[in-house]
Amino acid sequence: MWRFIGFRVLQSIPVLLVVITVTFFLVRMAPGGPFSSEKAVIPEVKAALEAQYRLNLPMFEQYTAYLGDLAQGDLGPSFKYPGRSVNELIAAGFPVTAELGFYALLVAITIGGIAGVVASLRPNSAQDYIPMSVAMIGICVPSLLMGPILILIFGIYLEWLPVSGWGDMPGDKILPAITLGSTYAAYIARLGRAGMLEVMSQDYIRTARAKGLPEWQVVTRHALRGGMIPVVAFLGPAFAGLLSGSFVVETIFQIPGLGRIYVQAAFNRDYTVILGATVFLATLIVVFNLLSDILAAWMNPRLRSQYGGH
Amino acid sequence: MGAEMITDIAQAEQGTSLWRDAWLRLRRNRMAVLGLAILSCFVIVAILTPWIAPYGYAQQELALGATPPSTTHWLGTDIYGRDLLTQIMYGGRISLAVGFIATSVALLIGITWGAVAGYAGGKVDAVMMRLVDILYALPFMIFIVLLMVVFGRNMLLLFLAIGAVEWLTMARIMRSQVQSLRQQEFVEAAISLGLSPATIIRRHLIPNALGPIIVYTTLTIPSVMLLEAFLSFLGLGVQPPQTSWGLLISYGAETMEEYPWLLIFPGLALVLTLFSLNFLGDGLRDALDVRGAKD
Amino acid sequence: MRWTYAARRTNPVLKVENLSVSFVTRMGTNKAVDDISFTVETGKITAIIGESGSGKSVACYSLLGLIPRPPGRIDGGRALFHGQDLLQLKPAELRKIRGRDIAMVFQDPMTCLNPYMTVGKQLMEPLLYHKKVSHAQARTRALELLEEVGIRDPASTIDNYPHQFSGGMRQRVMIAMALINEPELLIADEPTTALDVTIQAQILQLLAALQRKRDIGILFISHDLAVVADIADQIVVMQQGKIVETGNRDDIFRNAQHPYTQKLLQAIPRGGKAVELPASEPLVTVRNLCTSFQSGKTVVKAVDDVSFEVLRGEVLGLVGESGSGKSTIGRSLLRLVPVTSGQVHFDGTDVTALQGRELKNLRRRMQFIFQDPFASLNPRMTVYDTLAEPLLLHGIESRKTVGAHVLRLMDDVGLARAFVRKYPHEFSGGQRQRIAIGRALATRPDFVVADEPVSALDVTIQAQILELMRELGREYGLTMLFISHDLSVVRQLADRIIVLHKGKIVEQARTEDLFERPQQTYTRQLLQSIPGRAMAS
Repeated sequence: MWRFIGFRVLQSIPVLLVVITVTFFLVRMAPGGPFSSEKAVIPEVKAALEAQYRLNLPMFEQYTAYLGDLAQGDLGPSFKYPGRSVNELIAAGFPVTAELGFYALLVAITIGGIAGVVASLRPNSAQDYIPMSVAMIGICVPSLLMGPILILIFGIYLEWLPVSGWGDMPGDKILPAITLGSTYAAYIARLGRAGMLEVMSQDYIRTARAKGLPEWQVVTRHALRGGMIPVVAFLGPAFAGLLSGSFVVETIFQIPGLGRIYVQAAFNRDYTVILGATVFLATLIVVFNLLSDILAAWMNPRLRSQYGGH
Repeated sequence: MGAEMITDIAQAEQGTSLWRDAWLRLRRNRMAVLGLAILSCFVIVAILTPWIAPYGYAQQELALGATPPSTTHWLGTDIYGRDLLTQIMYGGRISLAVGFIATSVALLIGITWGAVAGYAGGKVDAVMMRLVDILYALPFMIFIVLLMVVFGRNMLLLFLAIGAVEWLTMARIMRSQVQSLRQQEFVEAAISLGLSPATIIRRHLIPNALGPIIVYTTLTIPSVMLLEAFLSFLGLGVQPPQTSWGLLISYGAETMEEYPWLLIFPGLALVLTLFSLNFLGDGLRDALDVRGAKD
Repeated sequence: MRWTYAARRTNPVLKVENLSVSFVTRMGTNKAVDDISFTVETGKITAIIGESGSGKSVACYSLLGLIPRPPGRIDGGRALFHGQDLLQLKPAELRKIRGRDIAMVFQDPMTCLNPYMTVGKQLMEPLLYHKKVSHAQARTRALELLEEVGIRDPASTIDNYPHQFSGGMRQRVMIAMALINEPELLIADEPTTALDVTIQAQILQLLAALQRKRDIGILFISHDLAVVADIADQIVVMQQGKIVETGNRDDIFRNAQHPYTQKLLQAIPRGGKAVELPASEPLVTVRNLCTSFQSGKTVVKAVDDVSFEVLRGEVLGLVGESGSGKSTIGRSLLRLVPVTSGQVHFDGTDVTALQGRELKNLRRRMQFIFQDPFASLNPRMTVYDTLAEPLLLHGIESRKTVGAHVLRLMDDVGLARAFVRKYPHEFSGGQRQRIAIGRALATRPDFVVADEPVSALDVTIQAQILELMRELGREYGLTMLFISHDLSVVRQLADRIIVLHKGKIVEQARTEDLFERPQQTYTRQLLQSIPGRAMAS
């Protein structure tokens, strides 16, 4: 198992390096410098600014210098907000996005997991069709539509919940979390159902029944673990989806998170912020993929022993 | 005597091929048939839009402003007095085009990559699939946003970028198909008959690998369309004067309090398409008996 | 704590009367079990014999409420166990009996144990659930039983996961699990079918020994009369949901009344073919053949320095258990797997060096018949396409004339001409194997490798296909390498036999010599493992 973890960690390092390199050069290749759109700037000021952002150096030296800064955890200054560093902007936005993502994941796992298991217990009955139809709606109504609709119903017509903000009013976190989590709840429900159905048709489930165990123990003791492995393996990609999904949800609900900062930076062509935020998000996603892979492998004893040790 | 035997063959009872079997099963699945019907309607309308749209694409009556659905404007008008139905029809052309073209790009790359890796096997396969594994770990969504920011909102780039993201799963599916088929005894039998590799691929591999590819294609289109809607909603995808369903939804969301129909109708068009594709995909998966294509 | 074997005895332990079970699907109602009655007595083994689809498993599973309902439906009958009718019990009451008073052992030990749970936990589960014992007591008991069923060093293996055990060991674990509550009745569903012959013999002995010691009843389900010949007391023969004959073992084997039972008995391979071995020169010569596979980091030697000859016109049997390398040898001869080293000469030419056109011409003369007729036919091609392909490829017929040839081939392998436009999935296993044989013989090859051609088929079908192969072999003047795990099948067809073990040749002899005067220990072991020896005497 440790060899497996070590192997996967080592494998992530080149991935991150590729991400950083590609992002860096992509951003640098963008047409127009950071100040070209501004009004005429005094040449000395421009030179000073360029020196501050190291734009006067050859491209490759800029790259190595950036890598050096990164190694120390420094993402550099912002183009558009002089005096603010990218680190500060991320530090301001990320906790909000993280909290939103956490609630959304909670919604997705609890609702999706329960719906999937419940549906799998009586396939092709109402107990299966109803949650699966709801899941189909969750998949086909994307967050960019789900958000406005929820606002329209619960915010404007019923006036039950606030329609924007984050932590300003009680209950203003509910709609964003549901909007962001609904799609993933739906996917988890479908994955969980498929996984459970697969496991419940296995011979060892019949063995468990032949032992005389009651059905709930057959499910909880014998089926759940194997059935949930696909769900656990999906958590990595789901996390990546949640992060990019937060771009939309934060825009809809005007939440001051990292997603909004990113989208605004995209419009402002604030390249250092885009670069820094991409590197930051990519690292998070790679780490989460790693964790979900390790967890899924750990749940499977065959894989665990295949990589030696316990 | 020879002639008599030939008539024997002509008179022989016609067997039911697996394709026919699958078609019969699909026809029994009402949701999938409904999906197929809706989808065909939308595609036909999208193709014919320039001739059948009730109003011109750029035609606007500023004085009219936003009006709810009426007999002259079936789905109402937007704040510039443009006919919403016309807007949705033209937007659908782009949304569907992105869906089909980007999926074709994904299909082309994915099938080639996966087939080569699966057929070559050994070290070639290991290197090619390791690359896919690595790409899988990349935060592509963010990359597409980045690409759109850096290179401007170019439609062609959008097709290519989305296609370049979605081919990964296709490559994995194709590879596992080719690999499992290669180990099938009927392929060994074909080898032992002396058939050339090209003939084996054409007659024995492709017809048997087609099922999962069809299913997965049907399920890739909606995720591609969602990606386009996502980017356009953020203002990073399709740009005015062109429009797409994602863009219409984003405009609609801004004014939904006063003019909810501007949100609801484009949303309905998108959701209906996604429903159709997903139900058709699920139906095809059951009909062709493809396991684990989605989920 | 002392473990006493079941104290309250009733005889018979299980009495089934007029049981009927059907499956209700959209396509209609299918009577899977039709009015059957049988008994299992204490201390005795009752065997239910039937081919696939005979309803034997459904009957036994329905007793314990283990068939899915719907689509399953019990139409009537009684199953008396301790005076209680099992069929009338509520699910909760039935659960108390399952795993405590009646336990089960299933066919495939590879899939019947939960891969996510240690063997020990699974073993203790029925005990902890049904009886008031502490965890420590359960563990002690589990260790005792593992010892009893022949697991070496239970103390250190009890916490292993199933995948760390071999197939035979897993089946021992399954048996231990079934016996842990000292049930009065054990239902064993094809418990040895998935195992190698020598392992099968061990498991059968173990079951018989455990049964004698505990004096319990066993209901033994099998498709193979030979397997139950050595252990069963009562035999019940089922066909298409009905019991066609019931009797004690000697009655059934000496004096079977029903034609179906007689057919099953005739299908048991016994005796050899008439020896008619003309001295002839070798058609295939294999010298120092080695074939290895890369498996992860280790190299597995599947075939290790094997040399032999196949004489023109003979049937050479190649016998071995799984992992013996027998299939790899067959595939190596036809270049279906790459040869690591050594030579294979066919009619004077070295096969291992051929390329392109020469290889194609060779393949016209050497053909392969595969084990699994469900996998060896392209599911998207009709019989016509399948049979026409080799004829057209090798230019034997033109597109115009190929039809007549295809029909002649169908006649030869005993398929109705009307089926020529059908697809493989529309045929039964035996019919498919006929198509596969037709394809292999289409080019009139000199040499055919048949890799377990009957082991995926029901016993009566096996006999038919073997008969067909014998006939066609004579008619086409074939030289054949016949690969099988089953000595008694090989005996029917082969002139000479080679015994393989772990990639090496153990013994090589004329068929009758091998059976009457085996020289090697391993060969003797194989011969002793052939089921049904008791019946032969």
